[in-house]
Amino acid sequence: MTRRALPLVGPLLLFALWQLMISAQWVKPVLLPPPGETVAHIVGTFASGSIFPDLWATIYRTLCAFGIAVVIGVPLGVMLGSSEGAYRSVEFLIDFFRSTPSSALIPLFMLIFGITDINKIAIAAFGAALIVLFNSAYGVMNAKKTRVMAAQIMGVSRWHIFKDVMLMESLAQTFVGLRSAVSMGLVIVIVAEMFIGSETGLGHRIIDAQQVFNIKDMYGSILVTGALGYLLNLLFLLIEKRVIHWSGKA
Amino acid sequence: MGPLPDEVIDAAPAEPPTVLTLRPAPKTHVTVRGLCKSFAGVPLYNNFNLDLPRSQIVSIFGPNGCGKSTLMNMIAGLIPLDAGEILFDGKSLKDTKIGYVFQNYRDALFPWLSARDNIAYPLRRSKMPEAQVQARVDALVKLFEIRFDLGRYPYELSGGQMQTVCIMRALATEPEVMFLDEPFSALDFEMTLFIRAKLQEAHLATGTTMVIVSHDLEDAVFLADQILLLTRRPTRIAELVSFELPRPRTPEAVSDPEFVRVKAHTLEVFRREMAA
Repeated sequence: MTRRALPLVGPLLLFALWQLMISAQWVKPVLLPPPGETVAHIVGTFASGSIFPDLWATIYRTLCAFGIAVVIGVPLGVMLGSSEGAYRSVEFLIDFFRSTPSSALIPLFMLIFGITDINKIAIAAFGAALIVLFNSAYGVMNAKKTRVMAAQIMGVSRWHIFKDVMLMESLAQTFVGLRSAVSMGLVIVIVAEMFIGSETGLGHRIIDAQQVFNIKDMYGSILVTGALGYLLNLLFLLIEKRVIHWSGKA
Repeated sequence: MGPLPDEVIDAAPAEPPTVLTLRPAPKTHVTVRGLCKSFAGVPLYNNFNLDLPRSQIVSIFGPNGCGKSTLMNMIAGLIPLDAGEILFDGKSLKDTKIGYVFQNYRDALFPWLSARDNIAYPLRRSKMPEAQVQARVDALVKLFEIRFDLGRYPYELSGGQMQTVCIMRALATEPEVMFLDEPFSALDFEMTLFIRAKLQEAHLATGTTMVIVSHDLEDAVFLADQILLLTRRPTRIAELVSFELPRPRTPEAVSDPEFVRVKAHTLEVFRREMAA
């Protein structure tokens, strides 16, 4: 019972510190609303439904970007991974663009796609696809040689070795990529919503609240965005545990 | 001194022997002729010849780095040869069904398949009808007297259970030759005794030709009909020792005078080759 309550200690400490900062008047109340009021505000935005258009917009864009990243990244990554020569020849490009902050490309994407929803999805998909591609490729390349040899000795065809062994072997690493990619997608979508003329989305809501000094809504929206990122990660962890049951055990 | 007539080799030193120039000994299953293999320019095998007898268990034993596993892996087709030919009853490897048991059972099994599906996998991939697949797996379960749940995944099994599954999977396709690479080295003594017993039973039941690489002299002698002793590199056959204690050999066989004699002789040859 006490052990189970341990994860709650951190958040409670944070809220206590938050309250302390206000009670001790370390920070001006105009810059930081009390935690209780902020939470009440979040509950209010959910009760009135005023947050849903922004929440759905962000979820929709993130999932679209993620979907595109998977459709492009997984097959391409698996193809590149199964031919080490092919991967080595594009490795520099992948590593270069993976290391380039995707937000640096926002102006470029604005030139191509204009100030549209597609722009936000496209740039998030670009950043996420590279992560998926890289992880899928490494998953295939790092397939246990013994398992591949075991299948070879059984006289299994090359196609089946690829499908039954290498692809299955790569799944654990691919899922690591998917989890990072959905987080990356969310980050880029939020940034894009802030700076690429936007009418909806949590990023838009946060910066809007800041501009009009609606401090409670700003903090509330930040917390909701954090919760969204956390829940997406948790969801993928649960799916991973279900589907890749052998991950980390073999 | 091997079982091969050396004068044939001496007669034609320029031409590496083939199965035509150097005929296999009677009851041979696997013939190795004129095998050459170098690593980084250093010859490991040079014009190496070997006959593996049918339906017998041959243990390969020798000093470190003499290429015991390399020899077996070349025969099994896992490592390419520089030169030479290896035939199974006159057929090439392509037309021969073989089984292979790896030292590292954890990396050899497919963790996404249950133990039973692991055993069935090579059968299903050879397009065997499902009813036959089930019957074949059931026969193996009976032969090995399996009492653990084969519906579990490999990572839920103990090391000995995993290696048992590996051996069952290798035997599933009824291979002509089965290769075992240090099958006991990662197992505790209890499991070693169990798997030794099971391998003997499987061998008695199927008559499969088996090749075992071992770094443990007792393991090497215990299961073997023939112990193939290798020299330091460049590797030659130091001696092929016969061990004819009747089967099934119980764990007590290690104190049988014949076992003690063969083991002592093998050790003596091994020591001599170490010093050479």
